[in-house]
Amino acid sequence: MLGDFRSHKYTGNFLLRIEGVSMRLFIERNPVWSFIIFCLIAFLVWMIFAIWPEWLIDAIGRKKIFLNALFNGVTLGALYFLVASGFTLIFGLMRNVNLAHGSLYLLGGYIGFQVAEWSGYWLLAFPVTFVVVGALGILLQVFVFRKMEGEDLRQTLVTIGISIVMADLMLWGWGGDFYNINPPSWLNGPMDTFFVTGVKRSTGDLIYMKYPIVRLVILAAAIVIGVAMWLILNRTQIGMLIRAGVDDRDMLSATGARIQLVFIGVFAFGAGLAGVAGVVGGTFQTVAPGEDIRFLLASLVVVIVGGMGSISGAALGALLVGLAEQFGSVYFPTYAVVLTFLIMVVVLAFRPQGIMGRA
Amino acid sequence: MSITEQNLNSAGMSGEQAENKPEEGYFTRLLSQVPAGYWVLAVVLLLMPSVASNFVLFQIFGWTFILGMIALSLMFLAGYGGMVSIVQMTVAGIAGYMVAIIGPSAITDISLGWPWWINIPLALVIATVFGSLTGALAVRTEGIYTIMITLAIASAFFYFARQNYVMFNGFQGFNGVLPPELFGVNWRGPKAFYYLTLFWATVSFLVVQYVSRAPFGLALQGVRDNARRMEALGFNVTAHRIAAYAFAALIAGVGGILLTWQSAQISPGTIGVGPVIDVLVIAVIGGMKRPIGPFIGAFIYVVLKTFAIDILVSLGMSGDRFQLLIGLGFLLIVFFSPDGILGLWERLRSSKNRDPLLDKDGGGL
Repeated sequence: MLGDFRSHKYTGNFLLRIEGVSMRLFIERNPVWSFIIFCLIAFLVWMIFAIWPEWLIDAIGRKKIFLNALFNGVTLGALYFLVASGFTLIFGLMRNVNLAHGSLYLLGGYIGFQVAEWSGYWLLAFPVTFVVVGALGILLQVFVFRKMEGEDLRQTLVTIGISIVMADLMLWGWGGDFYNINPPSWLNGPMDTFFVTGVKRSTGDLIYMKYPIVRLVILAAAIVIGVAMWLILNRTQIGMLIRAGVDDRDMLSATGARIQLVFIGVFAFGAGLAGVAGVVGGTFQTVAPGEDIRFLLASLVVVIVGGMGSISGAALGALLVGLAEQFGSVYFPTYAVVLTFLIMVVVLAFRPQGIMGRA
Repeated sequence: MSITEQNLNSAGMSGEQAENKPEEGYFTRLLSQVPAGYWVLAVVLLLMPSVASNFVLFQIFGWTFILGMIALSLMFLAGYGGMVSIVQMTVAGIAGYMVAIIGPSAITDISLGWPWWINIPLALVIATVFGSLTGALAVRTEGIYTIMITLAIASAFFYFARQNYVMFNGFQGFNGVLPPELFGVNWRGPKAFYYLTLFWATVSFLVVQYVSRAPFGLALQGVRDNARRMEALGFNVTAHRIAAYAFAALIAGVGGILLTWQSAQISPGTIGVGPVIDVLVIAVIGGMKRPIGPFIGAFIYVVLKTFAIDILVSLGMSGDRFQLLIGLGFLLIVFFSPDGILGLWERLRSSKNRDPLLDKDGGGL
């Protein structure tokens, strides 16, 4: 039975178009929708930059809360993007739903914590974690997934087994405690931004929003990584190999490309990225048992919403999910998690291949 | 794999027998097909309460049958429909929750306390509707995606039940959910509960066995093997898949109600991501080709879970490492025998019967 999935043909070939063309096409084909989306974006921009009138404050509360939720959502989305982009890349190329991805994230968090603790350098945690978790990814690809190439379901089951084993080993090694990775002092504390949250009643001065520096730095880093990934995939020789592999793996290997090396490289990169995201997550939030499942689910939802195998889809999905989670927890605290899944259900119902996925 | 060999064989066999002995009735013919091993198993299971202790009856066998039923519903979807739905434990949990909400429980603020003859059918209907809706969502995508989507839906319901206090009583869930005292029997008594679970497990086993050979089951297997061809033949592929989800949800729902009665409580912990994946583990360990597989898997799982501490301590390790044991066992099974224990057994048997000249063996992938 497990073998049946081998013959499964995915009618779609996914991924990584040059976005500008598709956007113009979208506007030409759906003028009404484009207009509505444009209006919504304009309203959002106005909400971010304007000083809110009284009626708006009465309706949804103070601007500071809104802006904080927005920023938290965007930065959380950046974290989700780091986790999910590796997941989606591995899926797009190898058709391997790596359900151990959350475990790689958590392992990265623990390793990052240890490195930061021992050496005292927060920045050192990133390369070390990337290399260690990436190496683990290489081991997994060479010794496990290569043995069952093309058997999607079996690979997925193996990743479930690996995640169970890894979760228990990590619980054994680090216990059930919560760990926090402390950023260095120059990243500690809030910084002033140029976003106005309100006007002081007494003096009439504008109040500017303060926001933790470390989150903004991480957001910037995630954007840099995302753009770099896009450039590598779309502008380099290696990226061309990967895209060709995503579109037609067999044809690529028939042309003599060393596809196994590409697989190993992509798996190592995706795993390493999950590890780095673990360090980021440990700095933002905490490293603790159970986080692996949380982030696995988040990446699942992100790639289902954004579209399998698409980097830009992962970015869009991560942003949506992060925002939904934060706005949900501020404005409808009881059903914050459900809101995230509601987005997923709606996307599945109307666009099963995901927003950026291609049918 | 075309429509399973087993089905073809049995169809062929019954045809031959019908030609040879036309005077025999349908029922006798059916009974004569049951392998001897199953008769032995039936007798052993029926006589078990006279030898086994209450703990073994209630905790080991009761739990085995219940988990086996829930895993059986997954096996039906995965084995015959090619849809690996992880949502089955959630469906079971919904049936359990509904029994607690509609019927009596210790949380009198929420529970309606309606009599069992409304309560149980309604709970099963709601579970089936939920299962069908999930199916309707999940069949919009195919193959490997089904795992992801059903996992996401399962965890969504887990979080929802944990956060909702109005209906699902949040983190605590419901306790004091007891079976009705029909015919003056306390159905939570070890022997009564053993027979109750044995009965329903047998019924669901037989029903799945029957459906797998009925036109619907055969069409479903056809959809699994080649959906496009079935569509060209005029079958409504989507409807067949959703119907399979509904049927599986009914079985899982019965299992869920029994599960709730066994522990007399239901809480989000029952339907968390761990238990949800455990059902998949059970089905895979047992083997997803035949309906007996999930029960074998459930038995191994329950025995391991109950005695893992003793085993681990006797090996000089801490008893907390149960998950490690299960995970490693699961990995070994997936690595060496993708068809579970049953696949291993079949391969052993076929290698014994192997023709040394032709060097062919039937088992394996």
